[in-house]
Amino acid sequence: MLAKRIIPCLDVKDGKTVKGVQFVNFRDAGDPVELGKQYSQMGADELVYLDITASHEGRHTFTELVKRIAAEVNIPFTVGGGISELADVERLLSAGADKVSVNSAAVRHPELISEIASRFGCQECVVAIDARLEEDGTWRCYLNGGRIPTSHNLFDWAYEAQERGAGEILFTSMNHDGEKKGFANEALSRLHDLLSIPVIASGGAGTMEHFRDAFTIGHADAALAASVFHFGEIPLSDLKTYLSNEKINIRI
Amino acid sequence: MIAVVKYNAGNIFSVLCALQRLGYEAVLTDDPEMLNKADKVVFPGVGEARAAMEYLNEHGLSDVIRNLKQPVLGICIGMQLLCRHSEESDVDCLGIFDTDIVKFRPSTPDLKVPQMGWNQITDLKTNLLKDVKEGSFVYYVHSYHAPLCDYTIATTDYDGPYSAALHKDNFYATQFHPEKSGSVGEQILKNFLEL
Repeated sequence: MLAKRIIPCLDVKDGKTVKGVQFVNFRDAGDPVELGKQYSQMGADELVYLDITASHEGRHTFTELVKRIAAEVNIPFTVGGGISELADVERLLSAGADKVSVNSAAVRHPELISEIASRFGCQECVVAIDARLEEDGTWRCYLNGGRIPTSHNLFDWAYEAQERGAGEILFTSMNHDGEKKGFANEALSRLHDLLSIPVIASGGAGTMEHFRDAFTIGHADAALAASVFHFGEIPLSDLKTYLSNEKINIRI
Repeated sequence: MIAVVKYNAGNIFSVLCALQRLGYEAVLTDDPEMLNKADKVVFPGVGEARAAMEYLNEHGLSDVIRNLKQPVLGICIGMQLLCRHSEESDVDCLGIFDTDIVKFRPSTPDLKVPQMGWNQITDLKTNLLKDVKEGSFVYYVHSYHAPLCDYTIATTDYDGPYSAALHKDNFYATQFHPEKSGSVGEQILKNFLEL
């Protein structure tokens, strides 16, 4: 049976990981390649690297970094951040990334999804969606890291992305992100029922139980988190053992 | 010398990197002489079957690959192209393995297509899978698969069992990506390189 995936997410700025990392005996906590290798050894099923650099030079640095990750990390990795056109996708995939994640650019130019899918295959196109549950009960999509509201509803947009050729949906709940009170399981479960492509849960991980619930209640195919892993609050290997004991199908 | 077949498929860089991590310098080439001369040939890739077959036929690589005598390892689309026919855009392939590639048709909506992620391999046979534990997890990304057949040397279950790996004479092939399958994948690549 296909295993549920655990995915650490690393934010990268000017070639360095930005969020603090607390590992013992760690040579260079700021080096995304060393960190990726460490996570791979600890049992991460996949990695996501998000480039949060805005400048042109930063983009070049990130591409060079992607080549180093591809050379040294032996599990699949997705890259995102700052992808605005097909040329960016081509640059990152040919540098060795397994998948690219598009967010704002896909909302602004939805045809980008179909272009990526037809050029490189739908499995290489992850559509990331940041959404917030509004007071009127609707899930609204936001752009630019949650700063710009759109007229898109989470479920309609996720479905449209799938129809346009997305291979996966990476859904971050802005209500849950950083709160460490669990993932947005109700919305995740609705996405699962609606879509025929895998859904990655993001935002809200605080305890090992939260991961279990994202899989059992939210029916997520994968769960992504950053700080609980970076700060060593939840050791990856402990998490996988826990989930396995909870009868979740996990790669040990 | 290890040769990696150069054609219009993606993800070839990852295979070169994986071989390098194991200490092997591989040459990416579409030169028939180089391919014939190589000690081992890896035929990797992510892509679409018809586009790939058209490219191989146009560049005279189909016959070169068919006639290779040294150990050959097909990976993912590389494995599918070594089979007889692919349902993906209904195309005739190289026909090393006398079996057809068919699409996953899940019996329940819970099973997603493509299958993307880590699944287990069982019933492991041949030296390609030497020192690999039954039930090891490997990484998959695919919508099409080879059913179980006489050449099956590893089995995976996704809505029923199918061929995770194939073997016939000097040809070996995996549907999964050993280059992305952590230490298990490294063992399998190492086994191939030491055949």
